[in-house]
Amino acid sequence: MTARIGVVTFPGSLDDRDTQRAIRVAGAEPVALWHKDKDLKQVDAVVLCGGFSYGDYLRAGAIARFSPVMDTVIDQAKAGLPVLGICNGFQILTEAHLLPGGMLGNDHLHFICRDQKLRVENADTAWTGDYTAGQEIHIPLKNMDGRYVADRRTLDELEGEGRVAFRYLDVNPNGSLNDIAGITNAAGNVVGLMPHPEHAVEPLIGTGRTDGLPFFTSILKKLVNA
Amino acid sequence: MSRTPLDTVEHAAATPDVELPWAELGLKKDEYERVVEILGRRPTGAELAMYSVMWSEHCSYKSSKVHLRQFGEKAPESDAMLVGIGENAGVVDVGQGYAVTFKVESHNHPSYVEPYQGAATGVGGIVRDIIAMGARPVAVVDPLRFGAADHPDTKRVLPGVVAGIGGYGNCLGLPNIGGEVVFDACYQGNPLVNAGAIGVMRHEDIHLAKASGAGNKVILYGARTGGDGIGGASILASETFDDAKPSKRPAVQVGDPFQEKLLIECTLEAFAEKLVVGIQDLGAAGLSCATSELASNGSGGMRVTLDDVPLRDSTLSPEEILMSESQERMCAVVEPGKVDRFLEICEKWDVIATVIGEVTDGDRLEIYWHGGKIVDVDPRTVAHEGPVYERPYARPEWQDALQADDANKLPRPETGEQLKEQVLKLVGSPNQASKQWITQQYDHFVQGNTVLAQPEDSGMIRIDEESGLGVAIATDGNGRYAKLDPYTGAQLALAEAYRNVATTGAKPLAVSDCLNFGSPEDPAVMWQFAEAVRGLADGCQQLGTPVTGGNVSLYNQTGEAAIHPTPVVAVLGVIDDVARRTPVAFQEEGQLLYLLGDTREEFGGSAWSQVIHDHLGGLPPKVDLERERLLGEILISASRDGMIDSAHDLSDGGLVQAVVESALLGGKGARLVVPDGLDAFTFLFSESAGRAVVAVPRSEEVRFNDMCGARGLPATRIGVVDGDAVEVQGEFALPLTELREAHEATIPGLLA
Repeated sequence: MTARIGVVTFPGSLDDRDTQRAIRVAGAEPVALWHKDKDLKQVDAVVLCGGFSYGDYLRAGAIARFSPVMDTVIDQAKAGLPVLGICNGFQILTEAHLLPGGMLGNDHLHFICRDQKLRVENADTAWTGDYTAGQEIHIPLKNMDGRYVADRRTLDELEGEGRVAFRYLDVNPNGSLNDIAGITNAAGNVVGLMPHPEHAVEPLIGTGRTDGLPFFTSILKKLVNA
Repeated sequence: MSRTPLDTVEHAAATPDVELPWAELGLKKDEYERVVEILGRRPTGAELAMYSVMWSEHCSYKSSKVHLRQFGEKAPESDAMLVGIGENAGVVDVGQGYAVTFKVESHNHPSYVEPYQGAATGVGGIVRDIIAMGARPVAVVDPLRFGAADHPDTKRVLPGVVAGIGGYGNCLGLPNIGGEVVFDACYQGNPLVNAGAIGVMRHEDIHLAKASGAGNKVILYGARTGGDGIGGASILASETFDDAKPSKRPAVQVGDPFQEKLLIECTLEAFAEKLVVGIQDLGAAGLSCATSELASNGSGGMRVTLDDVPLRDSTLSPEEILMSESQERMCAVVEPGKVDRFLEICEKWDVIATVIGEVTDGDRLEIYWHGGKIVDVDPRTVAHEGPVYERPYARPEWQDALQADDANKLPRPETGEQLKEQVLKLVGSPNQASKQWITQQYDHFVQGNTVLAQPEDSGMIRIDEESGLGVAIATDGNGRYAKLDPYTGAQLALAEAYRNVATTGAKPLAVSDCLNFGSPEDPAVMWQFAEAVRGLADGCQQLGTPVTGGNVSLYNQTGEAAIHPTPVVAVLGVIDDVARRTPVAFQEEGQLLYLLGDTREEFGGSAWSQVIHDHLGGLPPKVDLERERLLGEILISASRDGMIDSAHDLSDGGLVQAVVESALLGGKGARLVVPDGLDAFTFLFSESAGRAVVAVPRSEEVRFNDMCGARGLPATRIGVVDGDAVEVQGEFALPLTELREAHEATIPGLLA
């Protein structure tokens, strides 16, 4: 048996078809979800993919967060539905308050696209089970507004509870506090990160590494074994 | 708002003596007289607006047409060509039922005035050309040229251009996989911002810009029409139409990539449901161009009600609506029974769509405003029968002196230490330095099909996940070579792009070009143009790669000083299985380095002569296109049969530049031996064409040598991949760390 994983397309989403491919490569079944549709088609998990939803106008993720589909995603995430937010998806998750903190413009004020080294800090979430804690991986990063910020208390909480899921290594590409690349909620079902694991699932494509594939195999295993 | 009385066709016929601002709109006296002759009366204001933009140099190619004909006349037989010159973009068959469309265009002038928006809307325009053919855009490339790297204005123009390309292309979800960045003082007031795009479709999905079938509806969809970019294709709009209007509007358009992304998705969905009979994007000359081209390419006429065009600014006059170059708009011709479904898809994507007219039985383009007929023309006279000029041209007087100033006579380095110093200087010079600071502002990964991206020799995109079928594209141009000899320079650009595609393992199929020159009214510039076109057409004929389309940008000139003649050539290639692609980076220590081709003492226009001596003179390297073709065949065979693990074309900077790049990208050094018959300096810095350096696994050496020997391609063993330095035996060794510092620090140091 396999799992059905939904990928939401907002106007301006860019990596929806790539994310669907990554889900297929991992052996799960991708299901296209539409932002105007509250119905999640009974998927077992949801990915909010990268892009510039609503042109990133107002603030990245700020408008998408009010899409009809998000009403359902927010409700079900609180009830335990696994949700992964990649880049713009991470920004939407913080705007929706499913994850704490927020993203500001990169400190160097440029878009940056690079093969980014990360350390997996938490391998116990729904999306990271196939990694080991402390593992070093390379995942492509590409964004304009990737600087993770949160108040001191939130940072202490994230660090204290082991909820920093990924940290930038060697280079902090955008000025994120504590080198944070991705975080999880306390329950471990909602994870967001700026780098793009869906662009690191095939050996020939992109950077030629497959370090991103475990995101999708992790969730598949978790759902199938559940 | 309209003037009283409305300048209808009737009114124009009744008032033959009314003076119109044809000169302010950029028309010459004889051109205006020809309009009057065609119509048999004076034009209305709206008609004048249409003729003036469509007969501009940018839209009508009036100075270049007589030369560009050679691309058709000398076109080689090619089974791959599906759609040729004249459509929005050419289309090439790449096998397995797939067709690829690609094109390069210029957005030079707007990018100097307003770098961010100029460059951004350049990307937007070329992408709409690709969509208009029925294809999904899959990649963009950006050949760029700026003034001196250390000139203060370059720091204004370049970061804005790069941010604009990134800001627009990244937001569209198009990987940026190639292009160039060149600095030269000749581009100081005239930067060249060229933009290329590739799209993929199935053969049966090719769409053309034509309006057929009386009763079919004309639908304008996308952004509302505003006052931006009016006359951008010709001149800044004159206020003579109506003195009560606000003062001059900006001639540079403003882009909204989010709107364009919606336009892409909504158009492709309409194509998929076969709802579209004909389609045209609105670029230069806006609605004037779209309506006249659709109507003249189809079987009937067209009637348009201008009042129905959704406006951003309700005070626009009909003339302004016709001339506006507001971005992110397209025009589709749809059968009446399919209009509702078409509008539904637009609504799904939140795209405004409006029926503004219909195809008619006749052969006239008629446009109405407030109930009056303000345009009644034969659309062909607007779109296709503009003026054609045989501009005078003459070889400039200074050409002989320039060629006599032989770069081969410049003082050369004599010791290993001097060679080493010059290598470091070369690889750290702005033109030869790493452009990573620029290219990392572009998304390379989106769509998940990027196999190779810059700094590889060509960008490569997978187009079929099952079979691994892919396409490669490279763009090249060398204004220094072309200045020394425009005919040879154009062929060298073609040869380099062809070679770059073959180096990655793809078979070159077709060509697009962007011809950037100074003022056509200067006979010397016109000679450069004529020579370059002749060289390119001859070269394409010889290599069997037809020109599928392209763009001409003239008037890149400030005062008397024209830019170097700069033909930029894009070559598209196909590879059966992207798994066979050959990268630039050295892969494994111990592999053998072979230099393919002949090395001669050729330093005219070279990077060495520029960096070390600030010199431009002599003759550019010789071109041998048969040799290029043979080299290409060897590189493709070697890639397919697994005989080489890395390959890099040799061009500006010569062998040492190529080896340093392969070494730095792979993180592995090289030990080189100067071959018999060559001195170290010529070996390292010559820019002879038709060459590449390849890394051959030891197990493949015999097979590889046999192949080159049998085919008659000189292959010289020059060293081995090894260590953490680039060493030339008996001369010098440069650690990779030192080379990396020199190569990578330059651009951020100047521009960050």
